[in-house]
Amino acid sequence: MQLTRLRQASLQKVSLRILGGSLALATSITLASCGGGAEKAADGGGGEFDGEVKVGILHSRSGTMAISENTVAEAELMAIEEINAAGGVKVDGKKLKIVPIEEDGASDWPTFAEKATKLIDQDQVAVVFGGWTSASRKAMLPVFEAKDHFLFYPIQYEGQECSKNIFYSGATPNQQAEPAVSWLLKNKGKDFFLVGSDYVYPRTANTIIKEQLKAEGGNLVGEDYLPLGNTEVAPIIAKIKQALPKGGVIVNTLNGDSNVAFFKQMKAAGITPGNGYAIMSFSVAEEEVAAIGPEYLEGTYAAWNFFQSLDTPASKKFTADFKAKYGEKRVTNDPAESAYNMVYLWAKGAEKANSVDDNKVREALIGVTFDAPQGPIEVQPNHHTTELVMIGEVQKDGMFKIIENQGIVKPLAWNQFVPETKGYTCDWTQDRPDAGKFKM
Amino acid sequence: MTASSPSTLRRWLPWVLIVAAGLILPVLLPPFRLNLLGRFLSLGIVALGIDLIWGFTGMLSLGQGIFFALGGYAIGMFLTLDNLEPGKLPEFFDLYGVKELPGFWQPFSSPVFTFFAIWVIPAVVAGLLGFLVFRNRIKGVYFSILTQAALLVFFNFFNGQQKLINGTNGLKTSTAQIFGELVGSDLMQRYIFMITVVLTVAAWFLCRWLTTGRFGDALIAIRDDEPRMRFTGYNPTTYKTLVFAVAGGLAGISGALYTVQSGIISPQFMAVPFSIEMVIWVAVGGRGTLIGAVLGAVVINYAKSLVSEQLPETWLFIQGGLFLLVVTALPDGLVGWWRLGGVAKLQAMVGWPPRSPTYPALDLDPALRSEAGSIDSSAELEPIRPPGAQP
Amino acid sequence: MDLLYETLFNGLAIGSVLVLAALGLAVVFGLMGVINMAHGELMMLGAYTTYVVQNLCKEGPLEALFPIYILVAIPLAFLVSGLAGLLLEKTVIRRLYGRPLETLLATWGVSLILQQFVRSVSSAFMVGLVLAVAIGLLLPRFTPRRWWEQRWTPIIGVSSWLVAGLVGILAASALGTNRSMDQPWFSARNLDVSAPDWLQGAVDVGGVTMPTARLFIIALSLVALLAVNWFLQKSVWGIRIRAVTQNRSMSDCLGIPTQTVDALTFLVGSGLAGVAGVAVTLLGSVGPNLGGNYIVDCFMVVVLGGVGKLLGTVVAALSIGVLSYVIGSGSLLLVWPTMPAGMNEVITFFATTSMAKVLVFILIVVFLQFKPAGLFPPKGRMVEA
Repeated sequence: MQLTRLRQASLQKVSLRILGGSLALATSITLASCGGGAEKAADGGGGEFDGEVKVGILHSRSGTMAISENTVAEAELMAIEEINAAGGVKVDGKKLKIVPIEEDGASDWPTFAEKATKLIDQDQVAVVFGGWTSASRKAMLPVFEAKDHFLFYPIQYEGQECSKNIFYSGATPNQQAEPAVSWLLKNKGKDFFLVGSDYVYPRTANTIIKEQLKAEGGNLVGEDYLPLGNTEVAPIIAKIKQALPKGGVIVNTLNGDSNVAFFKQMKAAGITPGNGYAIMSFSVAEEEVAAIGPEYLEGTYAAWNFFQSLDTPASKKFTADFKAKYGEKRVTNDPAESAYNMVYLWAKGAEKANSVDDNKVREALIGVTFDAPQGPIEVQPNHHTTELVMIGEVQKDGMFKIIENQGIVKPLAWNQFVPETKGYTCDWTQDRPDAGKFKM
Repeated sequence: MTASSPSTLRRWLPWVLIVAAGLILPVLLPPFRLNLLGRFLSLGIVALGIDLIWGFTGMLSLGQGIFFALGGYAIGMFLTLDNLEPGKLPEFFDLYGVKELPGFWQPFSSPVFTFFAIWVIPAVVAGLLGFLVFRNRIKGVYFSILTQAALLVFFNFFNGQQKLINGTNGLKTSTAQIFGELVGSDLMQRYIFMITVVLTVAAWFLCRWLTTGRFGDALIAIRDDEPRMRFTGYNPTTYKTLVFAVAGGLAGISGALYTVQSGIISPQFMAVPFSIEMVIWVAVGGRGTLIGAVLGAVVINYAKSLVSEQLPETWLFIQGGLFLLVVTALPDGLVGWWRLGGVAKLQAMVGWPPRSPTYPALDLDPALRSEAGSIDSSAELEPIRPPGAQP
Repeated sequence: MDLLYETLFNGLAIGSVLVLAALGLAVVFGLMGVINMAHGELMMLGAYTTYVVQNLCKEGPLEALFPIYILVAIPLAFLVSGLAGLLLEKTVIRRLYGRPLETLLATWGVSLILQQFVRSVSSAFMVGLVLAVAIGLLLPRFTPRRWWEQRWTPIIGVSSWLVAGLVGILAASALGTNRSMDQPWFSARNLDVSAPDWLQGAVDVGGVTMPTARLFIIALSLVALLAVNWFLQKSVWGIRIRAVTQNRSMSDCLGIPTQTVDALTFLVGSGLAGVAGVAVTLLGSVGPNLGGNYIVDCFMVVVLGGVGKLLGTVVAALSIGVLSYVIGSGSLLLVWPTMPAGMNEVITFFATTSMAKVLVFILIVVFLQFKPAGLFPPKGRMVEA
C-alpha cells in the first residue's frame, strides 16, 4: 500500500512535468487554428469565382519584429479581402479569387530567405508581399533574383537599391528623410545630432543625411548607434547634452524597443521640445506613439507619406475599415497604408497584364496608378511609387497634426547626395543590361 | 548471430536509415525540401561537436554560434570576392564609403586559404577561448555563461561593423558562382547536399574515433570526476582545450555548409537563442550518443519548419515544452531512450511481452533462454534435498 | 569636476538597474547553485503587473492612487513573480537539484513559454488552460483507484493529461469564436507604461541633471539591498538559508526543512526579479522581449561579483555601470584630449553603445583570468564540486 501511494505521487509529478509542454502547446494550437478559421470564413464572401490565384504573405508573426509586422500583414489581408469581395482579380475574362498563403519570417533574416523559397517553389505563388527590416529584404533579394520572381516590399527604406525583382511601395530617402531634413534646416536649426539603431537603415540613412547637411549648410555635431533591443540610453543622452547644450535638432532613426527607452529618458533628462530641441523620427508612426506613450512624444515630429489624421474621404474610409475589422482601439499608419496599397497595385497590374504570370505583371506594373488612402500614387519605372510627403507633429491624443505638406514626390532609388551614387538612375523600361543602375 | 541480436540492431538501425536517406532522398524530394534537409544535416555537424563537449566531456557551451558563424563568414567572404571583377570592391562597401578592401579580407580571395580557414579559424578561436577559460578551472555553469557572453561580444562586433563586414545585412552567397554555376541553382544545391551527407558521416567517424579509446575515456573521466582525473596525474586542461577546438572546427564546417545552402550569412547566426537551440537538438537526440545529435538536429528543425508553416505562434510553446520534457522526463534523449530499452519498457507496461522477473535480456534472448532452460530442467531432474533427508 | 559627478551619477544609474536585476539572480545562484534563465521573464511578469496596476488606477474608483501606483505595483509584482517562481521551483527545478546544466536548459524552456504566454494569453486561452489543469489534476480522484496502481499507470497518466489538454483546447476554441474572449490581453505589442508625473522630471544637483526616475531606481535598489541583507543575516529563515548553503546534509540532520528553504529562496529571488521589472518600466518598453535584454548583463554581474556575497553583486554591477558609461560616452576623450593618436582611435572606435558592450565583456573575461572566482570569492577551502 505504501508503495502504491508513492507511485501515485510520482505519477502525478510525471504528469505535471508533461503539463507545461503539451498543454500550453495544445491550447495555443487551437487558438491559432480557430483564428485562422475565422479568417478563411471571412474570405469566402465574394460571390462566384472562376479560379484562384495564390499570393504569399511573408512577415514576422513571431519574435521581436512581430510587433510591427503584424499590422502590415493585417493590412494586406484586409486589402485581399476587399478585392475578393469586389469580385477578385479579373484576368482573361475570369474572376480569380486571391488566396493568401501566410508564412512566418520569425524576425530572423535567413528564415525570410527560406520561407521565400518555399512560397515560390512549393506554393507557386504569383507574388510575395513581405518584409519589414532592410536586412530581411536583403536576405530575400538573392532568392527572388535567382528564381526571377518578384516581391512587394512595403516599408520606407534607405534606397541605394533598385532590383528588377522587387517593387518598393514605401518611401525612398528623397520622399521622407531628405524633405524632412531640409524642413528642419529651414525652420529648426543647423546643428544636428543623429541617433539610430545599429543596423543598415539608420546607418545608410544617416550617411545620406550627413551628405545632405554638407550640401545644404547644416552642421553635424554627433551621431551614435544603439544595438537593436538595447534600452540603456544614458551614454547617448550624455553625448547629446554635451554636443547640444542649448538645444538643436535630433534626428532619430531608432527602431522598436529602443525608442521607448530613448524618449522616456530624454524627457527625464530635459531634452524636450519645450527646451529648444526639435526631435524628428523616421520610424515612429501612430502605433509606436501609442506604445511609447503620447506624453513622452508630444511636440516631436515625424515624416511620413500617410497619417491617420489625414483629412480626406479615402483616408477616413481606410481607417474606419481597419478599425471595423481589427478593433476600435487599433490605429492605422504609414506602413499599413503602404502594405494595403501594394496589394491593390499588384491586382491592378495583373488586370492590366491580363495575366497573373509574374513576368507579365512585373512589366505591366510600371505606370499603374491607384487611389490610395494618402491620395493617388503611381508606380515609376524604377519600381518605386510616388508618395505624398508630409511632416506631422505628435499631439496629446497620440495622433499627428500635419504641419507641412510638400505634395507628391517622385522616388529616386539612387541617392543624389552621396557621391558614390550621384548621377545614377534606374529605369526598368529601358532595354539595357545595367538598367538597375546607370549614369544619367 | 550477433548481427541480428537486438542490441546490435538498435545500434545500427539509425545508421541504415541515414544512409538510405542520403541515397534516396535527393531523387525523391523536391528541391526546396532537399535544400532544407541538407541544411539541417549540416546543422547536425555542429550538434556533433556539442555532443563531443557536452555529452562526453560535460561542458555546456552556449556559444557554438560563434564558430558556426566564423565558418560561414569565411565561405561568405570567399564567394563575395570570387565573383568580383578584378580591382572592384564588393558592392556594400560603396554604401559606407569604404575605398579599400580591409586587410583581413585579402587572403579570402584564395580558395585554398578559404578551404582551411573554414575549419582552422574557428578551431583556433575556440582553442584560445577554451584555453583561457579552462586554465583557470572555470567550469560548469560559469563556463556556460562565459561562452554566452563571448557569443554576445562577437554578435555585437559583427553586427556593428558595417564598414568591415557589412553589419546586420551579412553576406549573401546564393547569387555567387562557383565553376560557372550559380550557388543557389538546383544542380549546385544537389551537389552541396551530397557533400553535406559525406561530411556529416565523416564528422561522425571523427567523433566516434575520438570518443572511443584512451582519449574518449579521458573525456568521460573529465565529465564524471575532474578532480580525480587531475589527481591521477592527467591534465584536464589539455584535453578540454583540444576537444573544444575540435568542436569549434566542426561548427565552422557546419556553418560553411549551412551558409551555402541558406544563401546568406549574417550576425543572426550568433544570436543567443540559436546557440541554445543547438544544445537542445543534442539533448533531444540524446547526448553522448553522437548519432542522436545528428538526428536531433534534423528532426527538430524539420518539425520547426513544418510547425511554423502552419502555426507560427505555437513554435515557442513547443520548443519550450521540449526543453522541459527532455530535461525532466527523457534525460537520455530519444536515442538514449531507444538504446536503454525504452521500447521494451513501454511494451512491458502494457503487458506485451509479459514482464519478466529477471533481466529482460536474459529472458528474451533465445540463446540465453535455451541455456537457462537447460539449467532449469537439470534442476528439475535432481531436486535438491536437505542433507540427511531420506529419499 | 562636473564631468566626474556626471560620470559617477550616470554610472550609478546604469549600475543600480543592474543591481536590482541581478540581485534576485545572485540570491538564487549564490545560495542554491541554480542558474535561472527565466529570470528575465520573471522581470517581464513584474513589468506586466505594473502595466495592469497602472490601468486599474487610471480611472475608476482607484483613480486617487494613480500618483503612487508604482509603489502599489512593487509589492504586487513581488508577489506575482514570486509565486510564478515558486510554481517553477515546485514543478521543475526541484527535480533538477544537483544538475545545474539541466536546470539552465529547463529554465530557458520556461522562459520561451512565458514569452509566448504573454503574447497569446486571452480569456479563452486562460479558461482552456485552467480547465485542462483542473481536469488533469482531478482525473485521478474520480476514476477507480486501482487504475492508478497498475504497471500501465504511466500510460494512463499521460493519456489523462492528453485528454485534459484536448478538453482545454476544445473549450478554448469554442470560446475563441467569441470576439471578446479571443482578444489577447497584452498581445505581442509593446505596452505603454507612463510613470506618474513626479517620476518624469529631473532635479538639478550641483550642475548635474538627475532624472527622478533614476533617483527612484537608485533608492529602490538600495532598499532592496538592505532588505535582502537583513533577511539573510537577521531573520530566522535567512539563517536557515545560509545554513543550507553551507552544508545541506548537516542542516537536514539538524531539522531544517531544506525543501521549504529551497522554495523560499526561489520565491524571494523571483520576487526581486518582479521588483526589478517594475523599475525598468520607468526606463524602457514593456514587451515580451523585455527579459532577454537584461539577462546576459545580469549573468555577467553574478560571474564578476563572485558567488555568495551580496557585496560582490553590488560592486560588480556598479563597476559595469560606470565602465559602460565611460566607454560608451567617450568621456575619456574629454578628460584627456591630448592622448596619443593611436589610443584616441581605439577609444573612438569603442565609443558607441554597441562597441562599449563588446569592450566591457572583453574586460570582464580578462579580469576573470586573474580572479577566476570573481571579485569576492568564497573563503575557505572547499571541495571542488
